[in-house]
Amino acid sequence: MAATLFSKVWDLHTVRKLPTGQTQLFVGLHLVHEVTSPQAFEMLRARGWKVRFPLRTVATVDHIVPTASLARPFADAIAEEMLASLQENCRDFGVPLHDLGSSEQGIVHVIGPELGLTQPGMTIACGDSHTSTHGAFGALAFGIGTSQVRDVLASQCLALDPLKVRRVDVTGALAKGVYAKDVILGIIRALGVKGGVGYAYEFGGEAVSRMSMEERLTLCNMSVEGGARAGYVNPDATTFAYLKGRPRAPVGAAWDRAVAWWTSMASDEDAPWDDRVTLDGGALEPQVTWGINPGQSVGVTGRVPKPSDVVPEGRAQVAEALEYMGFSGGEAILGTKIDVAFIGSCTNGRLSDLREAARVARGRRVAVGVKALVVPGSQAVRAAAEKEGLDAVFRDAGFEWRGAGCSMCLAMNPDRLEGRQVCASSSNRNFKGRQGSPTGRTLLMSPAMVAAAALAGEVADVRPLLGDGG
Amino acid sequence: MTLPAIRRVSGIAVPLRGDDIDTDRIIPARFLVSITFEGLGAHAFEDDRRSLKAKGQTHPFDDARFWGARILLVNRNFGCGSSREHAPQALYRGGIRAVVGESFSEIFFGNAVAIGLPCVTAPHEAVAELQAFVEGTKDAALSLDLDAKMLTVEGKTVSVSIPENAREAFLSGNWDGTSMLLDRYDEVEALVKRLPYVAGF
Ligand code: SF4
Repeated sequence: MAATLFSKVWDLHTVRKLPTGQTQLFVGLHLVHEVTSPQAFEMLRARGWKVRFPLRTVATVDHIVPTASLARPFADAIAEEMLASLQENCRDFGVPLHDLGSSEQGIVHVIGPELGLTQPGMTIACGDSHTSTHGAFGALAFGIGTSQVRDVLASQCLALDPLKVRRVDVTGALAKGVYAKDVILGIIRALGVKGGVGYAYEFGGEAVSRMSMEERLTLCNMSVEGGARAGYVNPDATTFAYLKGRPRAPVGAAWDRAVAWWTSMASDEDAPWDDRVTLDGGALEPQVTWGINPGQSVGVTGRVPKPSDVVPEGRAQVAEALEYMGFSGGEAILGTKIDVAFIGSCTNGRLSDLREAARVARGRRVAVGVKALVVPGSQAVRAAAEKEGLDAVFRDAGFEWRGAGCSMCLAMNPDRLEGRQVCASSSNRNFKGRQGSPTGRTLLMSPAMVAAAALAGEVADVRPLLGDGG
Repeated sequence: MTLPAIRRVSGIAVPLRGDDIDTDRIIPARFLVSITFEGLGAHAFEDDRRSLKAKGQTHPFDDARFWGARILLVNRNFGCGSSREHAPQALYRGGIRAVVGESFSEIFFGNAVAIGLPCVTAPHEAVAELQAFVEGTKDAALSLDLDAKMLTVEGKTVSVSIPENAREAFLSGNWDGTSMLLDRYDEVEALVKRLPYVAGF
């Protein structure tokens, strides 16, 4: 019988139906970081439990890392305590840790794919909502809360209810200067920030088939911003080419058997999706958010809406966002002044993201008064970028070049907005206060668009800056 | 492993009026930067409490009449918003041992069960009456009986609801979800042998 990847993976990992009516699901890979794990390890100690599958558990440190200086102890005593506690927990419970200073440290959703840990057909859990990222490989990846982190540490299982599956087809070819970030912002605008509640999003169609793995990671990363707890792309030749030769990928005859199995896990042609929607990828232009949730975006040549442009029920929300952002409604988004430009995060902190931004920055200068930073998603991304000389391109243009971590994506480390600063950001959330100042303002866009904004000192159209060559 | 059964919660009740009280209000995000849940109790509703104080009003959690409360009386959709478990933790560590409300967000309810904090529901009129009663009666003691699904106050009883599996879990001392996942672990071990990427391709 035809089935979706979701139901194939779900069924394969189902242990049993629990007395509560939920499904007990085995977790193939558990990713751990310093913020949501300490209390979970504490609970294990209190109950005298061990980590059941320490080698299916991988830890790193990302959220609290000060990316400007790694000198220990950190200036922030709580950050120092969080890191020390992660190190101790990993030691005591036998969990491998890609620690600070390791060439394999980085944002948890960047290093999983990089190391070949993330593979098709797996179930993956992590105490972070952007775990949906790993779905790019055709895995079922869920963000979980701290007591679920404890569940997985102690039992390698989760108690979950199944999701429905919505197939999202992106047709056509993306125009120059339009990236996976623009596609997912377009999808979230079309379906709403709550549109995916109860669903997993299965992304497909011509535009998605053509995307690189890094682009697919961006796409799946933000599924959760559209309300879908998981998002995925069926594994194909692009997936396998990316995985081949990665440290944790199978080799030799096992590789061939793995590819055959991975292929068999993809959704069948006539799978029974619960819902289907189509988006014309060819019609998209670069996107910019104007409001306080990731669904509030416009094309770069568009205008910020007025409350009267939307249905009556939505007007209060638009008015609230306009007030917070300091827009009056009706103005062009182009030309919006910025104070800070941030390129990085688990959404857009990978090598291809930095390459696209560097293409824009090369030989140009950051506008006077703009603080611009580039924060690679992992040490490996940083090293690869330096090998290509991207660090020099950015530095010459006036960007700061940093160590790997979450940085200005959220307010848990020294990188923060101040006052009402406006930040052009390649991250994933533009919530009020997200970037560390309770009144700070975030404009989400692709890394190339952030670079363009940094140079102009205001929201600018990246397309004329890209030159020829696609 | 079995934990202590939870059959009865008795004590003073604190009324907290309002629908859709979200987890950000229960415990503001800045208190999440910490390695333990300890100390969260003192910060429950901190921002709401502060802004009321600034207006010269008193939040029920600051009201001396309700100090030492063990039962929280709330209205509709309590605990909506982000999935943070810090929310029920903050209430529990602040001394609350049961919540009575018109309805609860599903995630909040699940998180509360997992830490041994029963949440039961009662119809709108009954909750409103209880809230008014505790506001007007000094040191009124309530008693929640999970076995009988009854709330007793001054000799009067109100019947309450709780999903049967959650009630069972509290009464049998199996409210901790992790224990449930560790039961019949041979089934997990059998499954692992069938998973190609664990067993070996
Ligand atoms: S980069 Fe941002 S969204 Fe991603 S894991 Fe870090 S804090 Fe979370």
